[in-house]
Amino acid sequence: MQRVGVFVCWCGSNIAGTVDVQAVSEALKNEPGVVFSANYQYMCSQAGQEMIKTAVKEHHLTGIVVCSCSPRMHEATFRKTAVAAGLNPYMVEIANIREQCSWVHKDVTAGTEKAIILGKAAIAKVNLNTPLTPGESPVTKRALVIGGGIAGIQTALDIADAGFPVDVVEKQPTIGGKMAQLDKTFPTLDCAACILTPKMVDVAQNDKIRIFSYSEVTDVRGFVGNFDVTIKKKARFVKEDVCTGCGACVEKCPMKKIPNEFNLGMDNRHAIYIPFAQAVPKVATIDPDACNMLKNGKCGICSKVCAAGAIDYKQKDEIIEETYGAIVVATGFNPISMEKFDEYAYSQSKDVITSLEFERLTNAAGPTAGMLVRPSDGKHPHTLVFVQCVGSRCESCAEKGKEYCSKICCMYTAKHAMLTRDKYPDTEVYVFYVDVRTPGKNFDEFYRRAVEEYGVKYVKGMVGKIVPEGDKLKVQASDLIANKQLHLDADLVVLAAAIEPDHSARPLATMLTASMDTNDFFTEAHPKLRPVESPTAGVFLSGTCQGPKDIPETVSQAGAAASKVIGLLVKDKLTGNPCVAIANELTCNGCSSCERVCPYGAISYLDKEFRMPDRTTKIRRVASVNPAVCQGCGACTVACPSGAMDLNGFMNNQIMAEVDAICK
Amino acid sequence: MKHNNDLREEILRMSGVDTAKCMKCGKCSATCPAYDEMEYHPHQFVGMVEIGEIEPLLSSESLYKCLSCFACVDRCPRGVAPAKVVEAVRLTAIRRQGANHMTANDVPLILETDTPPQLLVSAFRKYTK
Repeated sequence: MQRVGVFVCWCGSNIAGTVDVQAVSEALKNEPGVVFSANYQYMCSQAGQEMIKTAVKEHHLTGIVVCSCSPRMHEATFRKTAVAAGLNPYMVEIANIREQCSWVHKDVTAGTEKAIILGKAAIAKVNLNTPLTPGESPVTKRALVIGGGIAGIQTALDIADAGFPVDVVEKQPTIGGKMAQLDKTFPTLDCAACILTPKMVDVAQNDKIRIFSYSEVTDVRGFVGNFDVTIKKKARFVKEDVCTGCGACVEKCPMKKIPNEFNLGMDNRHAIYIPFAQAVPKVATIDPDACNMLKNGKCGICSKVCAAGAIDYKQKDEIIEETYGAIVVATGFNPISMEKFDEYAYSQSKDVITSLEFERLTNAAGPTAGMLVRPSDGKHPHTLVFVQCVGSRCESCAEKGKEYCSKICCMYTAKHAMLTRDKYPDTEVYVFYVDVRTPGKNFDEFYRRAVEEYGVKYVKGMVGKIVPEGDKLKVQASDLIANKQLHLDADLVVLAAAIEPDHSARPLATMLTASMDTNDFFTEAHPKLRPVESPTAGVFLSGTCQGPKDIPETVSQAGAAASKVIGLLVKDKLTGNPCVAIANELTCNGCSSCERVCPYGAISYLDKEFRMPDRTTKIRRVASVNPAVCQGCGACTVACPSGAMDLNGFMNNQIMAEVDAICK
Repeated sequence: MKHNNDLREEILRMSGVDTAKCMKCGKCSATCPAYDEMEYHPHQFVGMVEIGEIEPLLSSESLYKCLSCFACVDRCPRGVAPAKVVEAVRLTAIRRQGANHMTANDVPLILETDTPPQLLVSAFRKYTK
C-alpha cells in the first residue's frame, strides 16, 4: 500500500471561487492510502512546493496527488518537487480541478462534488503507480531544413552559424522561393533580390550547409534526435558538379516555347533552363516533359555546345538516405487559383492579373524588363484597379477561397499602388478594400503615404464584377462611404489573391506525424509560448508553413526555429519518456493489430521460444516495442484484442481503478 | 430611431440568415443589377436588419425593386445571403393587413402587350397576400 499525500490548490480564486477546497481536502483524507491531506493558496509557489517536500519527509509519503490545474501546466513542476523530496517523479498524479472543474462550473456544491470525485480517481490511480525510469537516446548532430525560401535559408544559416551541419532540401531547381520573385519589399522598398541573393550565396558558400535542390523528402522514420530521412534528388540531366552555369546550352536549345514558371507563365523559357540569373546552384536543368532528346531521342544540341561536358541524358533520380537530429519545416505558400472567381474575369482577360504576376511585371528581371504594360497588347495602362481580399476571409465559398486573412495583401497592395503612381504619375490608381490592416513597424505610415503623398484612391467597398469590353475592363464596385455603385473603365486589374500552404505540406505532415489545422497550416506546440515547435518532438516550423506572414516576421521565426534546433543539437543525449507501451509476451497472440495502428512504427515482431506446461518448447510470434520510438499514444493498447498491450504510467488496471473511483 | 427587436428576430428566423456574419465589404451592392433603382441597397438591408432599423425598409419601394436574381447570394464571401433578407422583409410587409404592394385593379395600367402571363402570376405571388 502506498502512503499518499493529497495537496489541494486554491489557485487564488481560480479554483477556490467555485470549489470548497477545505471540504475537498477533508473528504479526500479518508480515501484508501491517504495519510496526509492539506490545501494551500498556490501549490506551485515556492512555499507550496516546500509544503509538499516537508510532508513527504514527515509522513514518509510514497505517492503524491496534487488537485490543481491541468497537468499540461504544472505536472513537470510537481514532478521536480517529488524528485527534490527523494521520490520517483512518476509517483505524482494531478487531478485537474481547474480547467475541467472550477472553470466550467458556476455552482459551488456541484463544483466541490466533482473536485472530490476527480481527487478520488487520482488517488485510486496513484495507489497502483510504480516508479519509472526514462531511457536515453543519442542525438545526431545534423539538421534538415525542408524548403529553401527565405525561411529555410535563414534557419539554415543560423544553425550553421552555431557550428552544426545542415542540409537544405528544395523541390525547385534553385533556392530562393517566393522572395526571389518579388520586386521591392515593404515598408522600406529595398529590392528583394538585392537583399536575398547575398543570403543565397552565403548558403552556397557555407561549408556546413549542403543544398539538395530539385529534390524532395520521400520518407521520414525515427524520432527526435534520430530521424532517418530519404531524399529523392530528381534527375536534372546535368551534372551539378561539372556545369558552370554559362548558359550556352540555354541559348542554343531549340525548344523555346515552354511557359516560364518563374515569371508565372508570362513569358517562355527553353527546355534546358536556369530559372534566373542569380540562381543557387547556378546549374542548368532539363525539363523532361519538354526536351526533344529525352522524349524522342532527337536533338542533343545542348550536349554538343556544353564545353564542360555536363549534360547527361542518362541521369537517374538519386536516392539519398541521411540521419538528422532535428527537422525544420519551411515549405512556404502559393497564391490560390483565381480560375474559380468568374466574377473577376481572370480566365477571360489577360489584363486581370494576380499580385504576384504584378511583381514579375514590374521587376527589372521580369518578362517586360520592368515596364508596366498590359499583358494583352503591351500598351501602357492608365487606370489601374487593385482588388483586395480576393479569396481571403471567404467563409462561404470554401471551394474557392480561404476563411482566414492572408495578412500580407494590404501591405503589398499599398506598395504596388504607390510604386505605380511614383513611376507613372499619369496613372489613376484605385484600391478597393474591405478593411485596411497595417499593424507593424512603419506599416500604417507606409499605407498612409500611398494615400497622402502618392494620391492612391482607396475606396471602401468590394468589386462585384469585371466584364472585359473592347480593350477596357468594366469594373462594377461599391463605394460604401459615398453609398454609390461605381462603374470604372480600367486598363489593368490586379487581384490580391489569398495565399495557401504549399501542396507538399500535407503529405509531408503525414510523414512527420506533425499536426496541421484544417487549412493545412502546421500547428505549433503552443500558439503563444511555443510558436516555432511542432507538437511532434524534434520537428520545428519556420515561415508561412505555420501561418501567413511577411518577410520580417518570417525571418524572425526562422531565427527562432534555428535557436530551438541548436538547443536540441547541443545535447549529447535525450531523456526519453518512460510512459511507453509494453507487450505481455505470455498473452500476445501475434495478430499484428498493434503494429497496424502504431503511427510511429515502434512495434515489431519476434519469434520467441516458450516452454509449454508439458516441458516441450514452442516458437511463437510476439510483439516487441522499441521504447525509443514509442511516443506513448496508447493506440496499441486499445487495438490489442487479447489485452497484452499496456502503457507504462497509464496501465489498464490504473485506468480501470480511476473509472471505478469515479463511478462508485 | 426606434429599434424593433421582435421584428428583427422574426426576419432573421424567416430568412435563415445570420446578419452578424456580414463583414461590410459591399460586394453584394457591387454586384446588384438593380442598384440604381433602389433607395436602400443590399448591404444596407443586411446592416439595418442587424441593428433592428426595419421600419424604413418596410415602407421603401426598394423591396419591390430587388429582382431576386440572387447574384448577391452567390458572390457574398461570408455566406450572408442579402437577397434572402430582402425577401423576408418583403414578406413581412405583405403579411401586414392591407399592405399589398398592388391590387388586381392596378395591373392592367402597367401591362404591356408582350408581358408573359407567367410574370403576372409570379408578381401576384410576390407582391400580394
